[in-house]
Amino acid sequence: MEPISILIVGVGGQGTLLSSRILGQYASHMGYDVKVSEVHGMAQRGGSVVTYVRMGESVASPLIEAGGADYMIAFEKLEALRYVQLMKKSGSIIVNTQRIDPMPVISGTAKYPDGIIEKLSALVETHEVDAAKAAEDVGSIKVVNTIMIGKLAKTMGGDKTIWMEAVKACVPPKTVSLNEAAFNRGYEV
Amino acid sequence: MQELLLGNEAVARGAWEAGCTVTAAYPGTPSTEITESIANYDEIYAEWSPNEKVALEVGVGASIGGARTLVCMKHVGLNVAADPLFTAAYTGVNGGLVIVAADDPGMHSSQNEQDSRYYARAAHVPCLEPSTSQEAKDYVKLAFEISEKYDTPVILRMTTRVSHSRGLVELGERENVPLKDYEKDFNKYVMMPGMAKARHRVVEARENQLAEDCNASPVNQVFKKDRKIGVITAGLPFQYTLQALPEASVLKIGMVYPLPMETIQAFAKTVDRLIVIEELEPLMEKDIKAAGIPCEGKDLFTIQGEYSTNMIKKAVLGISEDGIAPAADLPVRPPIMCPGCPHRGAYYIMKKMKLTVTGDIGCYTLGALPPLASMDTCVCMGASIGMAHGMEKARGKEFAGRTVAIIGDSTFMHSGLTGLANVVYNSGNATVIIVDNRTTGMTGHQNNPTNGRNLKGEPAYEIDLTAVCRALGVQFIQTIDPFDLKGFQAGLKEALAFDGPSVIISKRECALLDKSKWNKPYGVDRDVCIGCKTCIKLGCPALVNDGEKVRIDTALCVGCGLCASVCPTGAIKAGE
Repeated sequence: MEPISILIVGVGGQGTLLSSRILGQYASHMGYDVKVSEVHGMAQRGGSVVTYVRMGESVASPLIEAGGADYMIAFEKLEALRYVQLMKKSGSIIVNTQRIDPMPVISGTAKYPDGIIEKLSALVETHEVDAAKAAEDVGSIKVVNTIMIGKLAKTMGGDKTIWMEAVKACVPPKTVSLNEAAFNRGYEV
Repeated sequence: MQELLLGNEAVARGAWEAGCTVTAAYPGTPSTEITESIANYDEIYAEWSPNEKVALEVGVGASIGGARTLVCMKHVGLNVAADPLFTAAYTGVNGGLVIVAADDPGMHSSQNEQDSRYYARAAHVPCLEPSTSQEAKDYVKLAFEISEKYDTPVILRMTTRVSHSRGLVELGERENVPLKDYEKDFNKYVMMPGMAKARHRVVEARENQLAEDCNASPVNQVFKKDRKIGVITAGLPFQYTLQALPEASVLKIGMVYPLPMETIQAFAKTVDRLIVIEELEPLMEKDIKAAGIPCEGKDLFTIQGEYSTNMIKKAVLGISEDGIAPAADLPVRPPIMCPGCPHRGAYYIMKKMKLTVTGDIGCYTLGALPPLASMDTCVCMGASIGMAHGMEKARGKEFAGRTVAIIGDSTFMHSGLTGLANVVYNSGNATVIIVDNRTTGMTGHQNNPTNGRNLKGEPAYEIDLTAVCRALGVQFIQTIDPFDLKGFQAGLKEALAFDGPSVIISKRECALLDKSKWNKPYGVDRDVCIGCKTCIKLGCPALVNDGEKVRIDTALCVGCGLCASVCPTGAIKAGE
C-alpha cells in the first residue's frame, strides 16, 4: 500500500505534538511502519508549525510534499490555507474554527484572509470543527487535540477501539476518561 | 521490541546500549533532545556544560579517564568546540568518544547553514551520518567501536529532519562496558610540539587506514538496480532518493568521511549516469571528482536548504509534481515572544529610547522582528558584548551612550563572560542587559549555571550574576524587573550615562516555566479604549487589533498586565 500521509498544522504552542504522538501510536497498533516529522525549536514560539505523519507498509521519506497529503488536521484556519497546497485533491481537511492573528495582522501591516473555510472547501473536502467549544462541552479546553483526533478517526475510518487505545496510551493517566469523552465527541461532531 | 523514537532519542538509546557512562552537552536546536533523553538513563552521568567547548573538554577528559563518552551539540556549537576537537584528534581516546553535531539545513532554528562534515575532514576524524532513527541508534554504537578500534574521536552528523523525525527502532540491551584502566601517557596526552609531531604522524596513518578499511565496511551499502542512473548519497537524501528514483542503483554512504573511494570507483563503473545527492556542501562530490570519477552533483542541486523527493525528481528526471496551487498573499506567521514574555518589557523600553542594540542568541533574538524591531545585530553566542565594545571603539564614547548589548542568562554563561572581561580590561563603556529569565528558553527550557538546577533537575549551586559582574570589575550593576517599565527606563538611562562598563540584570521568570502563576486574562473596556494602539507596539500575540480598537484574545492572554501598564486611558483591566 501507498503510505497514508497526514498533516498536522497550527501555531507554535498549540500543542500539536500530542496529536502526532497519538497518530504514531495508532500506526504502531495497526502494525504499520511510520515516520513522524516534528517541529522543535524556534517555530514553537508562536510561529507556523507543520508536522508530517506517514504510515504504511514501508515509509522512506518523513516529508509530505505538494499534492501528497491524504488528510490534514488544522488547529488554526489560516494555517490550513497555508498548507493546502500539500493536499491531494481527493484528500480531506479537518479544520478547527479557531483564529489566531499572526503578528503582521495584529500590528496592522497585513489582513487576515476572509472566507477561509469557503476557500478550502472549494479545493478539497473540508470539515469544520469548533474544537474549543466541543472541548469545553466535555469538560476541559485542554482536550482540543483529542476532539480533532476523534474527528480524524471518523473521517479516516478504521477500528474505533484501536484509535481509542492509541489515545489512551498518549494522554496522562488521570485524564483518560476525559480524553475518551473528547474522542467520542470529536467522532460524532 | 520496537519503539517510535525521535532520531535524537535513538542517539541517546544507542549511547546507552553501547555502555556510555558520561555525557556532556550544551542545548541547541536540533540537538537538545539527545541530552534530555540521556538524562533519563540512570547509568549515565550527564550534564549541561556552560558551552560546547567545555562539554567537549569534559568529554575528552572522561574518555581519557576510560569511559565511553557522548558529547552533543548543534552545528554552530562545533565551532565553539573546535579547539579541543582538533587536538583531541591527536591525543586519540581511551574510552570511546563520540561527538554528535546536528546540522540544520533549511535553518529552522539557526543563524547559518554550515556543514559539519568539513570539520571531520579538517580535524582528520571519521564521520558517520544516519538516515533514520534506527540508523541513528546503530551508528552511535558503531561510532563507539570505531572510536576505540582506531583510537580517534568520531563525529556523528545529524540533520534537523533526522533528529526531529520519529521512526520505529528495535530496542536492544545495554552492553556492559567496563571502565578502561587509566595510565599516564605523556606522549599521547600532552600535546606539546615534540609529542604532537609524533602524534600527527599517527593521525595521518590512522586516516589512511580508515580510508582503506571503510571500503569493506557494511556501513556503506550498494543497492543494485537499473544501470541507467547511479546515485551516491548519504543521510536523509537517501530516503528521498528511494522514493524519487525507485529504479536507480544507489550507493548509500554511511561513513561520510573518509569516503570509500574503491567502492565508489567500482560502483561508478556499473552505471551510465553517476549523480551525487548530498544536502549542503558538495563534499563527497568534490572528493569523487578529485579521484577522476566523472559525476553530476551541484550542477543539478543547490547548496541551500533541505532536499526532498520532489526536488530530486525534478532535478534528475525533469518531472514536476502538480498539486493544489498555493494560496496567494497569505500573511506570514513568524515566531514571536510568547504572551507574558519578560523580554517584552526590556524591548519596549529600548525601542522607546531609540537605542542601537547588539543582540545575541535566544528567545530575545525575536525582538529583532516587528513591531518591537529593536535589535540591530545577531551573529553568534556571546557576540553582543564584543560587538557593542567594537561599535564604541569605531564610533566613540558618545555612541556607546546610545548602545546596549542584550544577552540571555544562559548565553552570558556560555560566552558572555569573556566579552565583558574585555570591555572592562580595555576601558570600554558598554552597557550590557543580561535578560535573566531563569532558564534556557528557546531550546525548550533547560537549566543552566545561574538558575540553581542541573540537567536532571536536582538542586545545583546558583551562580550569582551580580557577583560575577562585580568580580569582573563592573562598577554599575542593577537588577530590575523588566515589567517595571518606569524603573527599567530610569535604570537603563543611568547605566548608559555611567562612565565605565555597566550591567542591567533584567530579571523575571519565563512565563512558560510555571503556568500556575498565570493570572486571569485581561480585558479591554471598549468605551474607554481610544484606539491609540500603544499596546499593539508591545507585539503581544494575545492582543487583537480590529482596525478601530483593541481586544484581548482570552484563549492566549496569560494576564501579565504589561499592556495595561502602557495603556494611556486605563482601558485595559485585570480579569476577575
